[in-house]
Amino acid sequence: MDLPGISPVLLIASLMVSATPILLAAIGETVVEKSGVLNLGVEGMMIVGAVVGFITAVNTTSPALGFVTAAIAGALLSTIFATLVLFFKSNQVATGLGLTLVGLGISALLGKPYEGIKSPTLQAFEIPVLSDIPVLGPMLFSHDPMVYISILIVAAVWFVLKYTRIGLVLRAVGENHDAAHALGYKVIRIRFMAIMFGGACAGLGGAYISLVRVPQWTEGMTAGAGWIALAIVVFASWKPWRALLGAYLFGGITVLQLNLQAAGVAIPVEYLSMSPFLITILVLVIISAKGNHGAPASLGRLFHASN
Amino acid sequence: MKLNKLLILVVIVAVAVAAFFALNKADKEETVAEKSDDKVKVGFVFVGPVGDGGWTYEHNQGRLAVEKHFGDRVETIYQESVPEGADSERVMTQMAAQGADLIFTTSFGYMDPTINVAKKFPKVKFEHATGYKQADNVSVYSARFYEGRAVQGHIAGKMTKTNKIGYIGSFPIPEVIRGINSAYIHAKKANPNVEFNVVWAYTWFDPAKEADAAKALIEQGADVILQHTDSTAPQAAAQEAGNVITFGQASDMAEYGPMPRVSSIIDNWAPYYIARTQAVLDGTWESVNTWDGIGAGMVGIGEISSAVPADVKAEAIALRDALASGEYHAFTGPINKQDGSAWLAEGETADDGTLAGMNFYVEGLKGSIPQ
Repeated sequence: MDLPGISPVLLIASLMVSATPILLAAIGETVVEKSGVLNLGVEGMMIVGAVVGFITAVNTTSPALGFVTAAIAGALLSTIFATLVLFFKSNQVATGLGLTLVGLGISALLGKPYEGIKSPTLQAFEIPVLSDIPVLGPMLFSHDPMVYISILIVAAVWFVLKYTRIGLVLRAVGENHDAAHALGYKVIRIRFMAIMFGGACAGLGGAYISLVRVPQWTEGMTAGAGWIALAIVVFASWKPWRALLGAYLFGGITVLQLNLQAAGVAIPVEYLSMSPFLITILVLVIISAKGNHGAPASLGRLFHASN
Repeated sequence: MKLNKLLILVVIVAVAVAAFFALNKADKEETVAEKSDDKVKVGFVFVGPVGDGGWTYEHNQGRLAVEKHFGDRVETIYQESVPEGADSERVMTQMAAQGADLIFTTSFGYMDPTINVAKKFPKVKFEHATGYKQADNVSVYSARFYEGRAVQGHIAGKMTKTNKIGYIGSFPIPEVIRGINSAYIHAKKANPNVEFNVVWAYTWFDPAKEADAAKALIEQGADVILQHTDSTAPQAAAQEAGNVITFGQASDMAEYGPMPRVSSIIDNWAPYYIARTQAVLDGTWESVNTWDGIGAGMVGIGEISSAVPADVKAEAIALRDALASGEYHAFTGPINKQDGSAWLAEGETADDGTLAGMNFYVEGLKGSIPQ
């Protein structure tokens, strides 16, 4: 790769940083959708994670604690969705959209006193944990721990879904909830857990934006990252490693086009900005042409134990 | 059987139509009742959240100033984070239907939607920020941000050590291009070796993307970042990088001073908003084209921080005062266009028409403006 004026090392390093929030949110949503639930509230859970993580980090001066509370906040918010959808059988699409609106509102309210405050904790955050990581190169191995945690989560999700009993059960629930129920699996309980996991991951992704990538709190700062995460899940046809690929592709093209511009390369910016979305559409067309789209069969359907 | 169904359908349609008219009438009576008091309702359409710390924040400060100034005589309503385009048309229509008498649409991309909605509501007054399309009930207003850019350019040119200045543009529209040209001309005067790198972010507000753009520019060696996007994210990115300076955009962003933020351009919309609301109250509102700068107080230069050497600060303040008094124009010839053709002769100043539609870079800037 010999791009004029751009160091590939820096490019890939910043690509990984810019892709991490959407990767975290996308891998969480993959699990949720694998269990047969469509949660469109990713954006809302991300932004709540962003604000709660930021508030905690500022008050405790510990970003690690910020990430933990962000995950808890995202999971808590998702329980509202889970309760409405699983117990009160509300429409998943509408409830998910509602969750996004609620999340944006709550975060604006909580974040008001924290606007313009700097997160003083970032420096202290990187160094001690980085020293535990074997430095194999500035490109891949000199990031903050969250980048590695996000990849580990992807690996764990892939392993659990593919090779463990609980993964098999989760997929069964997502493919055919009536059959899973007939076999005695607790459909509601499994989905509830999956939704909470998705919420926690989205919260982490949001906190990564407010604590590492930007780092500050600004109202509405996720600016659509949650929707991109939802697109990546489909792009990845519900496969964890492809979600990683998709997130790095999206993040990569964003960073690449900004870097190309900064380096003064004459490229049509508009086309490059639009390319991730075009690629997603292309992938969807290919997937549907193949006939096997990989979507969980019970995705978005309501489950009632009496059926 | 079939006839029965048809009958039922007819009845349902009849009831629906009757209900529609009844409700509609009630609606109208309500609006009439609302209109009868002499309270003026002022609507604001914002492109970002009011907490963005920049552009929308300052417009909202203007809104709050209107509320404070008029108290009970005025009611304000606003909608934030309204996307430019068709959705903004819906928001404006809704505001007009709610009985707003005066609506401020505060982003360039609301231009055509404002004109469209204004046609449908001839009695409602509209004020569109930074655009150039006027109508009988649509005024346009903007601030001469490029005057502030001149001051920024001077400080940037003096302070850069790498001679590379990064500029985060939002959209390639005249307002932004004017700012780039003005900053470049004055940076070049202060330091002939200066180079500009312009990155188009294609967004007004996306903190993560703005931060990425700032980082990309810093990686390319820029040690001054100018931004024409709305959030404080580039400031945070510059702070993280260390020896990089920035300028507050639209709002003071003083919380990032004295480093990286060394000064700022502050928009002050309050006096204009109060004057226009007063005009509606008095019944003297007319469609006007307002374009005020530092002199009229619509553009302010935020405090120049201690990170700037005293002599540079004094020069910057002198430049600001010259711009304010009108003794110096930010676009004073000789200036050539990027392709080398002559634009302004020695001592000639740019006319407002050319500035309003500016779609070219001045000589010395690299790259091309995306079309």
